[in-house]
Amino acid sequence: MSTALQLDPIAAPAAADPLIPHVARVLRRRRDGPDVWTLEIEPDPAMAPFAPGQFNMLTAFGVGEAAISVSGDPAERGRLVHTIRAVGAVSSALTRLDRGDVLGLRGPFGVGWPMDEAVGRDVVVVAGGVGLAPLRPALYRLYAERARYGKIALLYGTRSPADILFRAEVEAWRRRLDIDIEVTVDHADASWHGRVGVVTNLIARAEFDPHHVAALVCGPEIMMRFGVMALRKAGVADEDVYVSMERSMKCAVAFCGHCQLGPVFVCRDGPVFRYDRIRDIFAVKEL
Amino acid sequence: MEGLERIVAEHPFFAGLGEAFTTLVSGCAKNVRFEAGQYLFHEGDPANEFYMVRHGNVALQLNAPGRGTVTFLTVGPGEPVGVSWLIPPYKWTFDAQARELVRAIAIDATCLRNKCEADHDLGYEVMKRFMTILVTRLQATQLQILDVYGTPA
Repeated sequence: MSTALQLDPIAAPAAADPLIPHVARVLRRRRDGPDVWTLEIEPDPAMAPFAPGQFNMLTAFGVGEAAISVSGDPAERGRLVHTIRAVGAVSSALTRLDRGDVLGLRGPFGVGWPMDEAVGRDVVVVAGGVGLAPLRPALYRLYAERARYGKIALLYGTRSPADILFRAEVEAWRRRLDIDIEVTVDHADASWHGRVGVVTNLIARAEFDPHHVAALVCGPEIMMRFGVMALRKAGVADEDVYVSMERSMKCAVAFCGHCQLGPVFVCRDGPVFRYDRIRDIFAVKEL
Repeated sequence: MEGLERIVAEHPFFAGLGEAFTTLVSGCAKNVRFEAGQYLFHEGDPANEFYMVRHGNVALQLNAPGRGTVTFLTVGPGEPVGVSWLIPPYKWTFDAQARELVRAIAIDATCLRNKCEADHDLGYEVMKRFMTILVTRLQATQLQILDVYGTPA
């Protein structure tokens, strides 16, 4: 038996090649929605820290690989958190992993949220559905460094009360008074006492200085389009709006072109883009 | 400006209406309050007055067989409740329930319709404001119908 085969895969050295995943172990699995699961993963210690908005490539062995944004606290070491919605073969296989199971992991990749550019400005975070997951690291950072930012608003919309992501955490955040948090659902029964309506409705009601704000938007693309329209109506310039794009990412290092969006590669140049830089290609149907 | 006129003028819906028109609108207005759980109106009721919310939230609801009461929109401060007063047969097509203590301006619908009919400049101003609300709500409804947070195809 070779030496390599005797190695515990968890203890194997991190691969320097960004295309080669290392093997990581699931520490914990938690259900966060009807078809949404959060995995806590023990990463290789040599893995670079992630920035809010970046993603990793996760491999469900024997099934495939998928790009998944990191949804945990960027200040935390030794535990990577990914929130995954089961929509296809790979994501479904990943959500079935449980404590002790192994998966492939490489990353982090891409350009994240503009946390430094937002310093000193108001920040309005607009999240739709599972789009709250890629924004959660940014929220952790905003909370951790609250004094560096102006007014902060989280405007979160989802399908129904049962679909509210990280519900306990969102409720805990709401009890703090230093960030304005508004949650709305598309429809609800009589047991829901919160807001009903689309998330873009909340933008007109939110308190922020439209001339001194960074707007971070993540959700279904059509929601982001209407979100940008509502932000414009509120007086926010396109260069102060950041959107997180979702495309089919394969290599994650701008080799393969699967995620090419006109002149940009979502994996390398995004997934977070300043809106004015992709405005012209944002609504092109063929892209 | 008198107290009620000032309240009407300060409501975002009537922003920039002008003093003369504000006076005309105020002549049809009164202050109202609804306790949490109280209904502003019910489906099928005559739409005799509509409301400009000043404080609190109002749930717009429909009763769906097998699903019970479904809230499809909440309306908050600065927004109007009810547009059915604008078109015949002037009847509400949903229930409106106060989620919490609601303070609002109630406007006598017949009174305002008559004033808009008599003064088309006022009517145009009122219609422009309601058209903005209607288009915004139509766009929001499109998003709701599309179920954008649903499972991708």
